[in-house]
Amino acid sequence: MDLLYKIFIDPFVQMGMAPDLLVQTLWDGLVAGVLYSLIALGFVLIFKASGVFNFAQGIMVVFAALTLVGLHEHGIPAYLALAITIAVMFGLAVGVERLMLRPLVNQPDIILFMATFGLTYFLIGFGELVFGGDPKVMIASQLGLPKGAIDVKFAGGFVSLQKIDIAATIIASLMVASLALFFQKTRIGRALRAVADSHKAALSVGISLEQIWVIVWFAAGLVALATGIMWGARSEVSFALEIIALKALPVLILGGFTSVPGAIVGGVIIGIGEKIGEFYWGPLLGSGIETWLAYVIALVFLLFRPQGLFGEKIIERI
Amino acid sequence: MRATGGPDIAVGDVLLSVENVSLAFGGVKAVSDVSFDIRKGEIRAIIGPNGAGKTSMLNVINGFYHPQEGRITFKGETRSKMRPYEAAEGGIARTFQNVALFRGMTALDNIMTGRSLKMRKNFVWQLLRHGPAMDEEVEHRRAAEEIIDFLKIQEIRRTPVGRLPYGLQKRVELGRALAMEPELLLLDEPMAGMNLEEKEDMSRFILDVNDHFGTTIALIEHDMGVVMDLSDRVVVLDHGVKIADGSPAEVMKDQAVIDAYLGVAH
Repeated sequence: MDLLYKIFIDPFVQMGMAPDLLVQTLWDGLVAGVLYSLIALGFVLIFKASGVFNFAQGIMVVFAALTLVGLHEHGIPAYLALAITIAVMFGLAVGVERLMLRPLVNQPDIILFMATFGLTYFLIGFGELVFGGDPKVMIASQLGLPKGAIDVKFAGGFVSLQKIDIAATIIASLMVASLALFFQKTRIGRALRAVADSHKAALSVGISLEQIWVIVWFAAGLVALATGIMWGARSEVSFALEIIALKALPVLILGGFTSVPGAIVGGVIIGIGEKIGEFYWGPLLGSGIETWLAYVIALVFLLFRPQGLFGEKIIERI
Repeated sequence: MRATGGPDIAVGDVLLSVENVSLAFGGVKAVSDVSFDIRKGEIRAIIGPNGAGKTSMLNVINGFYHPQEGRITFKGETRSKMRPYEAAEGGIARTFQNVALFRGMTALDNIMTGRSLKMRKNFVWQLLRHGPAMDEEVEHRRAAEEIIDFLKIQEIRRTPVGRLPYGLQKRVELGRALAMEPELLLLDEPMAGMNLEEKEDMSRFILDVNDHFGTTIALIEHDMGVVMDLSDRVVVLDHGVKIADGSPAEVMKDQAVIDAYLGVAH
């Protein structure tokens, strides 16, 4: 009885008793969720266009952030460094298309998936070689990102909103909205969906696979850069960041691998679910459930909607 | 019908010629030393038993395969290597033996992808859905609707093509190719797997396309009746070698063709 009370009643009593804490937890969850969404978005973009799960998305985040900070360390002004980093991400997209995708065109997806492993290790090695393996501090203030926190009075307490988190949420939302529009409403967006469905048919109507792949990998690179800046500003820029890519997995399962809105909603659900779960139910299990709770949520979800929240219905004629 | 540059070719002149083309995959010779031409405005059939190299030939023409030897001249321009999207830009459209549609998209969207080469407005305009891009979108949508009317697939416009029956999928695929307003249309077994009624419909569409739009058509087909009815001239391949070329009646009487189809007593 006592256990049941602790699971089903007590957390909600706590929520009601201290609404400011609940809102704070929700906000923290939302911010984490937005960042998960950004990472997941990078995966979705590439998965949509090539049907490949890009294992290297996590390291692309690190690589982009590292390039930005590394350039700044070499005395390049922050905004110039940002511009150069964007150029580097474009170069990476062209390089990936030339050296990885083009030779492997029409190969089974699993081959391309393995190739993204190769890309991961290449980027780790290359990043370390050029910028060194030491953790670095993100140049957040130099890029004009705000510091400090706003305390909002709420229900007899305070909710503390970090300004960087607010900025992250706004930037991420803008990015997601423009990407969604770009891929839904433009000729390139239609071409992208076409490429995802059938390479040979896309070629036959005059869509250039090379061009589309470069665009998509560049877009994924930009998303990675934004993620790197935001996440780096909250902790530090190091190769350990790479594992945040694993956080994207439950988000993708939840949102569907092919859906941009799914990535966002999935990210927010996972982010909030994680924080709420950790805060209110975590103590029951001795805390630390944040690390695996997301996977449990995703698994439960998978049972009922294998294609994800917004994933394309699987149509199979037999 | 469309301005793609290059010289204008009068009806009856050679639109595309294939000269001494050979294509091998490792040790397997798919096409050996084949030459033929396609004249503007005609319906040209490519026939032959299974494994004769017909599809390979089509793939060579639209740039999927690059032949090791030989030359291809399209609209007076000779080339040995061309990428598929360059072929598409030049005015070559095609359909596939096993329907290759964008399964997740609706019939209309599939057809609209056929217009993608013609949409030239900046994507910023397209994002805003305003100004010149909107006019352009409307213009292409109208073209797509005309094709939908022409093929009588109005009621499946909004259906994801993955759900459509096979015969209709083939029709949508033809629509997508037509949306490109091609000068040369390559049809790889447009009637494979169809019942008699569907075959008749498809035959009529092919004749209409040829008639109304003046589109030159090269098609691969197994159904001899269809080939006889539709085509102006027929080229016959067997084991990658050309064994006959001429009018349907001539080809049917050719001993080499009869042998290839029925087998020869050794």
